[in-house]
Amino acid sequence: MSGERTVDRTDERRQAWEDLYAKAVKKYPERLPQFTTLSNEPIKKLYTPEDLAGFSYQDELGFPGEYPYTRGVQPTMYRGRLWTMRQFAGLGGAEETNARFHYLMEHGETGLSTAFDMPTLMGYDSDSPMARGEVGKCGVAIDTLADMEILFDRIPMDQVTTSMTINPPAAILLAMYVAVAEKQGVGRDKIGGTIQNDMLKEFIAQKTFMLPPEPSMRIIVDTVEYCTKEVPRWNTISISGYHIREAGSTAAQELAFTLADGIGYVQACIDRGLDVDDFAPRLSFFFNAHLDFFEEIAKYRAARRIWARVMKNRFKAKDPRSMMLRFHTQTAGCSLTAQQPYNNVVRTACEGLSAVLGGTQSLHTNSLDEVLSLPTEHAVTIALRTQQIIGEEIGVTNTIDPLAGSYFVESLTNRMEELALEYINKIDDMGGIVKAIELGYPQKEIADAAYTYQKQIDDGEKTVVGVNKYQMDDSLPIELLRIDEVVEKRQLQRLQKFKEDRDSAKVQNCLQEIEAASKNGENLMPHLLEAVKSYVSLQEICDTWRRVFGRYTDPGMF
Amino acid sequence: MGENKVKVLIGKPGLDGHDRGAKVVARALRDAGFEVVYTGLHQTPEQIVATAIQEDVDVIGVSSLAGAHMYLFPRILELLKEQGAEDIPVFGGGIIPDDEIDSLKKAGIKAIFTPGSPVRATVDWIRENLGK
Repeated sequence: MSGERTVDRTDERRQAWEDLYAKAVKKYPERLPQFTTLSNEPIKKLYTPEDLAGFSYQDELGFPGEYPYTRGVQPTMYRGRLWTMRQFAGLGGAEETNARFHYLMEHGETGLSTAFDMPTLMGYDSDSPMARGEVGKCGVAIDTLADMEILFDRIPMDQVTTSMTINPPAAILLAMYVAVAEKQGVGRDKIGGTIQNDMLKEFIAQKTFMLPPEPSMRIIVDTVEYCTKEVPRWNTISISGYHIREAGSTAAQELAFTLADGIGYVQACIDRGLDVDDFAPRLSFFFNAHLDFFEEIAKYRAARRIWARVMKNRFKAKDPRSMMLRFHTQTAGCSLTAQQPYNNVVRTACEGLSAVLGGTQSLHTNSLDEVLSLPTEHAVTIALRTQQIIGEEIGVTNTIDPLAGSYFVESLTNRMEELALEYINKIDDMGGIVKAIELGYPQKEIADAAYTYQKQIDDGEKTVVGVNKYQMDDSLPIELLRIDEVVEKRQLQRLQKFKEDRDSAKVQNCLQEIEAASKNGENLMPHLLEAVKSYVSLQEICDTWRRVFGRYTDPGMF
Repeated sequence: MGENKVKVLIGKPGLDGHDRGAKVVARALRDAGFEVVYTGLHQTPEQIVATAIQEDVDVIGVSSLAGAHMYLFPRILELLKEQGAEDIPVFGGGIIPDDEIDSLKKAGIKAIFTPGSPVRATVDWIRENLGK
């Protein structure tokens, strides 16, 4: 490149600028004693070619759709097709959620995403004493196939992909989805979607757990093995950093623990005897989009590069699809404020933009009222429109990975990679992620980071508009969605009726087969499919597992 | 301090797994000099009340971010009363809309701390109401 000069500290012009800066700061001090990312990474005042000394475009970035995929997993990225706009929805009963699905699809949503209520997530039916007061409260209640049939009523399952945020009973919900599709006349080789099915991050962060880590891993590997052969378009595990971040981690911890979980799953599947290139292309990821714009973009870009190298070098993958880190993003729920809630629209827009500039494959933008309740239709429409504005109005999708080559963004991407690899090496030294979880290591790191962050907010070191700065006495009131108590009653009636009407000998038989397969190590999926078709309930299957494998309970550290 | 330390139980009733707030508050209360017992997740109201009585705590704080507070919090008050332990004050935290805060206070929950409350607010409230 003609005329380009090295810019380093000895360079005259650089020195002159440093002097100028020092002089200016003497007169007008910098705003803050130190500038850091949201995760407390120090940020320099200026980034120059000096920060990228020895940087190789070919090795570190490559071209889009090309190893190591730093610039994106597809050659065309958003010039071909925008990301999937996938709003997480689930409220009350299957009827209400089905109506919300149809509403979202009529307004341009391109994929479905299901939120289940707490009892479903934890493996309890609506009539369990554990479920009291919680039925349909933060998602849809699914007890049996009957509920699932209503949930996907008039949804063309051969055309729409569905993501299901479900973990301990993920295999059961997958079996129900396959069964409903078959009733619609859609073969299991034609359906597409995702189950979250990521128990490692449950132990680390989201805390929706049921069985101990080892049997949890075994059931996950069963689903991977089954889908590899039978449901080839299904994303078997959505390896999730979202909840790790929501639990209070830093960006680097989110990145590191998520990839460490991914390494744990790949190893477990290889240990089962699966070929890495048979299952790895169906693994997908799920990250958080928090407030620090560049830190988030760097995180996504580093994630793709690290995963590509891990898959190629550590696991000897040969299929490029095994090396591509595809991911969904959700904007950070924990960044929203109950105070002046309309400001949340702006936060979410910035976060969504970072996900897009980071090359996400699908996106959920939070609704402004999600810090107070499940979103109303009005709020969820603004959230969806936010994505449409990012995609179709502001021009950021015209070229691929527009921030590549920025001295700052590439430096920060390198830094994120470095920090994540330090954690991953440490976890390897502990004997892998399951051991690290048993030692409470990631849990402790996250709790420490969450506490530090809260103190910084309480001390005003970090600004939260409307909370510790620019407060107002009264906020504009906003309309909130309430779940009618009728939902719980209706759900209990339906469940009771189904339990009375079904063939109880067949139910018992199915449960015995599940118990036997749980003990003898046979793949559970065919048995689960048979069971859900016979209207065996979610809890009946989970109780069998709890009996065979034992329960995992919270160690309660703080 | 010592024997005069206020003893606080922080509880997570119900199936909700959001424990970030409860753990941050537990740690902040410990750092502020209180004795803290944390129940861990997924406790029934019965378990929380039994622990409170067994540990002989001075105050109970419960956290809920999954919408079941209108059942779980009053249920804890009811059980305390049944056990003759209604003198133990209960405060709450989590995602709770304003009008439900009013109902919960009417039901006997002494204070509610919502997202955005500094943890100092909880510390101060305990000091003011349970100063020993």
